[in-house]
Amino acid sequence: MSRTPAPAPTARSKTAPAQRLAVFVATRKGAWIYHGDARRKAWRCDGPHFLGHIISHVRLDPRDGRTLLAAAKTGHLGPTVFRSTDFGRSWKEAKQPPAFANPAGGPPARSVDHTFWLTPGHASERDTWYAGTSPQGLFRSEDGGVSWTPLPAVNDDPQFREWMGTVQDGTPDGPKLHSVTVDPRDPAHLLFAMSGGGVHESFDAGRSWRTMIQGLEVVEGFDPTTVTFHDPHCVRPCPSRPDRLYQQNHCGIYRLDGWGGATASTWQRIGRKMPKRVGDVGFPMVLHPRDADTAWVFPMDAATVWPRTSPEGRPAAYVTRNAGRTWQRLDQGLPEDQAWWTVKRQAMTVDAQRTPALYLGTTSGELWIGRDEGAKWSNIARHLPEIYAVEVAELG
Amino acid sequence: MKVLIPGALRSYTRASQVEAAGATLDALFADLDRRYPGLRFRVVDEQNLLRPNMRVFVNGVGVRDLGRSLGPDDFVAVVLALSGG
Repeated sequence: MSRTPAPAPTARSKTAPAQRLAVFVATRKGAWIYHGDARRKAWRCDGPHFLGHIISHVRLDPRDGRTLLAAAKTGHLGPTVFRSTDFGRSWKEAKQPPAFANPAGGPPARSVDHTFWLTPGHASERDTWYAGTSPQGLFRSEDGGVSWTPLPAVNDDPQFREWMGTVQDGTPDGPKLHSVTVDPRDPAHLLFAMSGGGVHESFDAGRSWRTMIQGLEVVEGFDPTTVTFHDPHCVRPCPSRPDRLYQQNHCGIYRLDGWGGATASTWQRIGRKMPKRVGDVGFPMVLHPRDADTAWVFPMDAATVWPRTSPEGRPAAYVTRNAGRTWQRLDQGLPEDQAWWTVKRQAMTVDAQRTPALYLGTTSGELWIGRDEGAKWSNIARHLPEIYAVEVAELG
Repeated sequence: MKVLIPGALRSYTRASQVEAAGATLDALFADLDRRYPGLRFRVVDEQNLLRPNMRVFVNGVGVRDLGRSLGPDDFVAVVLALSGG
């Protein structure tokens, strides 16, 4: 089968490239750190960390370049967060991991099953972090991840609780609060998404919230004005244009311009121009570090019983370089057929090098790099456990 | 009283059997958490319920009620449920 010609990357930066990179891989059975050189050719494996733990996410604090947080649990033990200030040589457990309150007279009490998503706070708020959990909950730490407090305007609000539904309304391994985003223009402007339960933003650091579902579609036959029917898979803020968001949803790919305006903006479905045989459903959404019109997705088969695998067993990323008007297939170097990959919402990312590279992890335990903005793919690691999340950091 | 600790929690206790005190199971876990910070939340959730895949035996009898009273000579075993293979 002939391969799709790879389009040339467009954007370039004049910034100096990093000399070292680290890729953080969170899996069902532990975490790994892959240290790469400036050319991203040689990779040194550091791991496993927390062998046997279910690690949902590992994030490096970009504000100090050395603090790592890891969201962990095991099949038996309850959820916690581990913290390292020496790049993973040693880890210390949070003193107060994310845990729901139980306010008198509130909705039925819940227990955190696992912390799913970690987001460092605003650059001006050193030591602030946010965490999203399953079942859906939002938590904040103001001491670098040592102690976490619940945000009651989300976690205990009867309207939010109705939108969250029950565990049976969520993803197979538990309903998620994810895509926690801090507006780089304003530390009090926050966003999160829920699977299921829609997209929401706050202008007052989480004390009150506004729903952002205008323009989003829902499964045929359901009412799009009902928030609980909305299933955003991944929402990402545009690094080079702060008022722009992209979203991979259960029902298509979207873009929103004007984020943070006085009135809620409308999502535009930009996945309509994806090839019909591929569709515009998937989990990850990845944005170019400097070109606001360039974004990548990794489509999955959402036909019939939702296999959640690469369409036709032929994995490929798709890129738009014009904010969603057209899409091109990127599959050079990826398996040509009989590769039934699933790539989860946190398991694909991009670095900020002069010519960015993409990184993705599969549920079958393979870690891949897509050099030249996804034009040429090659394998970094095989035989890892099921990969949940992949993050990359430039280390100077 | 003596408390048997499963392998998964020995990163906290560094021992398979420890001494702790409490008039109830709830109080016992509070004492264990004072001695070994973080241990309790891995076993008991924020609603004061034993986590689904954890088991506690008092003198060989399975208990899920954290209000169960204890005496100084009781033997408490915290174990991982044999949850499928």
